[in-house]
Amino acid sequence: MANWKKITRRSFMVLGAAVVGGAAFGVYKVTEVPPNPLIPTPGSVPLNPWVIINADGVTVIAPRAEMGQGISTTLAALVAEELDVDWAQVRVLHGPPAQAYFNAGFAERMSNEPDFKLASQPKSHNVVLEAVPKIFLLQITGGSTGAIGGYEQMRLAGASAREALKAAAAKRLGVTSDQLKTEGGRVIGARSFAYAELAEEAASLVPSDVQLRDPSIWRYIGKAMPRLDMAAKSTGTAQFGIDTWLPGMKFATVRMNPKRGGTMRSFDPKPALAVAGVERVIDLGTGIAVVANNTWSAMQGAALVAVDWGPADYPADTAAMLDTIAKAFADEPNSRLRDDGDVEVDLAKGDVIEAEYRIPFLAHAAMEPLNATAWLKPDGTLEVWCGNQAPIMTRDACAAAVGLGGDKVTLHTPMMGGGFGGRTDPVPAVLAARVAKEFVGTPVKLTYSREEDLAQDYYRPAAIARLTGRIEGGKATALWGRTAVPSAARNALGRLMGFAPPGPDRGSVEGGFDQPYGLPNYRYDGHLSDLTVPLGFWRSVGNSMNAFFLESFIDEMAHAAAADPLTFRLDLMRETHAPSAAVLQKVREMSGWDSLKRPGFGRGVAFCYSFGTPVAQVLEVEQTPDGIRMTRAWIACDPGLAMDPSIIEAQMTGAMVYGLSAAAQGAITFADQQVVESNFYDYEPLRLHQVPAFEVAILQNNGEFGHIGGVGEPGTPPAAPALANALFDLTGKRARDLPLRAAFDFVT
Amino acid sequence: MPVTLNINGSVQSVNLPPDVPLLWALRDGLGMTGTKFGCGVAACGACTVMIDGEAVRSCQVALGDATGQITTIEGLGQPDNLAPIQAAWIKHQVAQCGYCQSGQIMQAAALLAANPAPSDQDIDDAMQGNLCRCGTYPRIRAAILEAADMMKAG
Repeated sequence: MANWKKITRRSFMVLGAAVVGGAAFGVYKVTEVPPNPLIPTPGSVPLNPWVIINADGVTVIAPRAEMGQGISTTLAALVAEELDVDWAQVRVLHGPPAQAYFNAGFAERMSNEPDFKLASQPKSHNVVLEAVPKIFLLQITGGSTGAIGGYEQMRLAGASAREALKAAAAKRLGVTSDQLKTEGGRVIGARSFAYAELAEEAASLVPSDVQLRDPSIWRYIGKAMPRLDMAAKSTGTAQFGIDTWLPGMKFATVRMNPKRGGTMRSFDPKPALAVAGVERVIDLGTGIAVVANNTWSAMQGAALVAVDWGPADYPADTAAMLDTIAKAFADEPNSRLRDDGDVEVDLAKGDVIEAEYRIPFLAHAAMEPLNATAWLKPDGTLEVWCGNQAPIMTRDACAAAVGLGGDKVTLHTPMMGGGFGGRTDPVPAVLAARVAKEFVGTPVKLTYSREEDLAQDYYRPAAIARLTGRIEGGKATALWGRTAVPSAARNALGRLMGFAPPGPDRGSVEGGFDQPYGLPNYRYDGHLSDLTVPLGFWRSVGNSMNAFFLESFIDEMAHAAAADPLTFRLDLMRETHAPSAAVLQKVREMSGWDSLKRPGFGRGVAFCYSFGTPVAQVLEVEQTPDGIRMTRAWIACDPGLAMDPSIIEAQMTGAMVYGLSAAAQGAITFADQQVVESNFYDYEPLRLHQVPAFEVAILQNNGEFGHIGGVGEPGTPPAAPALANALFDLTGKRARDLPLRAAFDFVT
Repeated sequence: MPVTLNINGSVQSVNLPPDVPLLWALRDGLGMTGTKFGCGVAACGACTVMIDGEAVRSCQVALGDATGQITTIEGLGQPDNLAPIQAAWIKHQVAQCGYCQSGQIMQAAALLAANPAPSDQDIDDAMQGNLCRCGTYPRIRAAILEAADMMKAG
């Protein structure tokens, strides 16, 4: 019996290479090395599932989808670092649905331990082993895992390709590989060869000794690399899913039951058919599709169809939904993932502080509305184009929807015009495939109107939290947080996988239970509500909820203790997790926190450790004659290893803007079981003139044990409490409900 | 009856009803997909093009009314022949998902054509109709200021 504990995480095998420096191959032998899904074509030789050598450079196949987070650039840089190619020689594509592209980074998300504790100790390899079967089929982009999962996988892909190319050159020159070096896409020895000259031969070679570069000689990792998608995105030449354009294609839209889950009793297609350009109205069972010779005519037609919708099985309006959610407090908590000390004994000493907070449903509202293109061909194969976060699942759902085997379906994953968690469900692709089935031989592009995109989203849940705490001698002695919320994970996984995972529901308490506050008595409970509104994963998931609750309440406790809110946090954190304390200390310095506050301004601080990365934010607000303006923001984060500082800075600021938009203005509400908000005029993100100026610091103290944190989501959770705390500082008014526009007038 | 448009200096013919918005004539009729659909109600700016040098929301201009000189993102510059505003966008690594950026760039190009040295307030005023969900606003501002400098230097 092997001693699994000795097997390190860095032992992923590429092309059968035994990896030096990481013991032997082991972990992934639990199943099998996945087959290479790439097929050689003239002038293009795949050396492994991630590296294709072309005549003029290298094409990296990114296993994660690009939705703006910059992952394709970082994954390509990891390969290029080891492969010794110039950056100008590198292209990147998203891979096909294939097991090879599973997301090893999800191993980091399988624990119910607080992340800061995992980062403070050597890797527990047993966690990985247990997780392997679960993660093996997950070709999913999400959970801020892309660079984490890719860090070793992509470097090994590059190194293994490099060694195969060197082996091919060594054979030709009659020398051994160690007498050769590589540079700028060439193997150099007595003669020098372009990689393309060696690729075909190299593809059949299995290098036996693959060593990763020492970080001291990295050229790309840790540097701000020019993004590979930047020129295309600055010239209108980037191809998003919605840009799929095929000769002879038809254009469609859908109108599905806005009372989600309800039936369609009847509909009258005649008004739609009277619209010029409309060809057909298709019955989809719980909604209709309108097909036309242009998208606008299809949308005009769809809006005119009179439909009698059957009801949903949830309450009629938001107030009744919140009443349903509140009822969950009466039940035993489903998730108690933190229970330090004895909160009940401490709180019984009296003089407690209590507060209740409420937050609304939220939509993803990516700039690119949901869409998909499908083409069912006369030979019985289906080709689908759809920006998506889960290719295998999307492909299989399309196949099932039109009665084909998965092997008959080709799925393309183009760039996404934003995702934020909202492109996990395969619904747009499935509906496009079903419409295409009515037009065999003709490609059909299906585009949601913005109204439909908002009405058919899978929402961030609404939630209520009740927190109780106690202060003694200016110090916090106890905190008991309770969150009542319908579980996004159970709701989504039930829908996507057909089962809801039993046991504690981390997503309902993350951002609350897992923070590095060293309170002697600290309990955090999740009470799951059975509300059936369709839910999904919204950038930072449960952290977006609980960070608002906890960080608002910590601020209230600091105020009750007559303490400075930043010092109050630091005092609770310093002993518990030094890298977390360091990001707080950093924003303190950057923002000039200890210098005199400017008159007419308010400042708020907030912190959240999420997705492996502690983030602290300070936000400054100003009372102006036109309303409250957000003036300046400071962010400090610590992902352990900063692979690309420019992309990290962009993610940190963008994620904070996303969180501030929701905190200030975002709410999805229901009336008559339907979402009320319909477009960007009533679900309005912040605009350019409303956002603060940003300063970002990236620290690297949290990587002591090889820990790497995510960067796509961790900037979102502290945004809402930083704003609420700044508004309290400015006005003395404590708002406990989001969005904050209900209590404050912002500059519009 | 096809409608004739003057786009990026060349005459194009689209076979769609004249009440179809220019946005959809470009995208569906001509396969010019650089101009994006975001909201359909002039609330997001993703579909911004220039007509006779002025930034307009192409989702609000009926095909039959689009009689001027239309400039789309494709006509502004290409990867091997960038307009200064696009070079500034790349230099500042503005785009994240990139979906709104065609509209942002067309709006910024129109601003700079009318006002070669915009203040922060001018940028606020000109750009607030263009939404970005990724929150690229700080880099958009920096790129516009950079492009203004580049154009001044010639």
